[in-house]
Amino acid sequence: MSETAAPSGPRLARWLPLALFGLFALVVTWGLVHPKDDTVPSRFVGQPLPAFQLAAATDGKPGLATADFAGKPKLLNVFASWCIPCAAEAPQLAQLAAEGVEINGVAIRDHKEDLAVFLARNGNPYARIGADNLGKVQLAIGSSGVPETFVIDGKGVIRYQHIGDIRPEDVPMLLGKLREAGQ
Amino acid sequence: MTRLLMFACLAAALAFGAPALADDTMPPAPYAYRQLDDPKLEAKAQSLMETIRCLTCQSQSIADSDASMAGDMRSQIRERIAAGEQPEAIRQWLIQRYGDYITYTPRVTRLTWPLFAAPLFILLIAALLLRKRFRRSAGAESNENEAGA
Repeated sequence: MSETAAPSGPRLARWLPLALFGLFALVVTWGLVHPKDDTVPSRFVGQPLPAFQLAAATDGKPGLATADFAGKPKLLNVFASWCIPCAAEAPQLAQLAAEGVEINGVAIRDHKEDLAVFLARNGNPYARIGADNLGKVQLAIGSSGVPETFVIDGKGVIRYQHIGDIRPEDVPMLLGKLREAGQ
Repeated sequence: MTRLLMFACLAAALAFGAPALADDTMPPAPYAYRQLDDPKLEAKAQSLMETIRCLTCQSQSIADSDASMAGDMRSQIRERIAAGEQPEAIRQWLIQRYGDYITYTPRVTRLTWPLFAAPLFILLIAALLLRKRFRRSAGAESNENEAGA
């Protein structure tokens, strides 16, 4: 090693561990500030609804098929009576229904009696409810849990996916998405 | 006596604890816990199921998870394989809906290429550094002796 290079080389190397530690601390802090996002969005947004035909999940409301989405933009709500956030979003669904939005339900793995109790307790904003007892429609549209709400346009194309329960502040957003889908 | 008490506590916990879980009470899908009759087809299904991520318990495969959605996915995969579909076609069907996140077999994409390139890059750097060191030690015998001591 030449004498001129000797002072600058080791001096830089001396700071390297501290610099690495600083970088590590930054990464950890960033991870703490931005918590992990567990949601798995559907890649099927923008695709037409796959063909399906579900039997009625409850007495008094018809079942649900792909053809029922012809006409104006509608909501497809994936829910279940055993899902607690689904009860939490019921007032918001009722508000959307009162605004004239047609909401079609897909009930995941639900018993008729349980669903009847759920609808009696939380209200029934649905035009139709299909029984998806094997999660087939849920998988076919790329839904990864309950509740999830899809905006379907008049041609049956999935235009938007909302993951999780609909909060009061989401209602204007969904109305906007429905209006967009109608254009 | 204590064993009996423990058993009673456990039974009570199972009896009263279960309804607190928000999960459905439907029986599992037909092929969720039932193997296909043909062992060859079952092996095909099994190897696919071990590399598909469970969406409910995201660090498990659907073969490892008891979540009802994982059961539904296993049942559908077994039925489709029994109907003659190829495992890779089913994987592609799932990727179309859930993205690459659903599969445990990473592909080289615009996002993932550094994962595959990094080991090669590190090996290259190591080779360069070692070459430098070997050259140096070959050039000056005294240095080699120092390093060996």
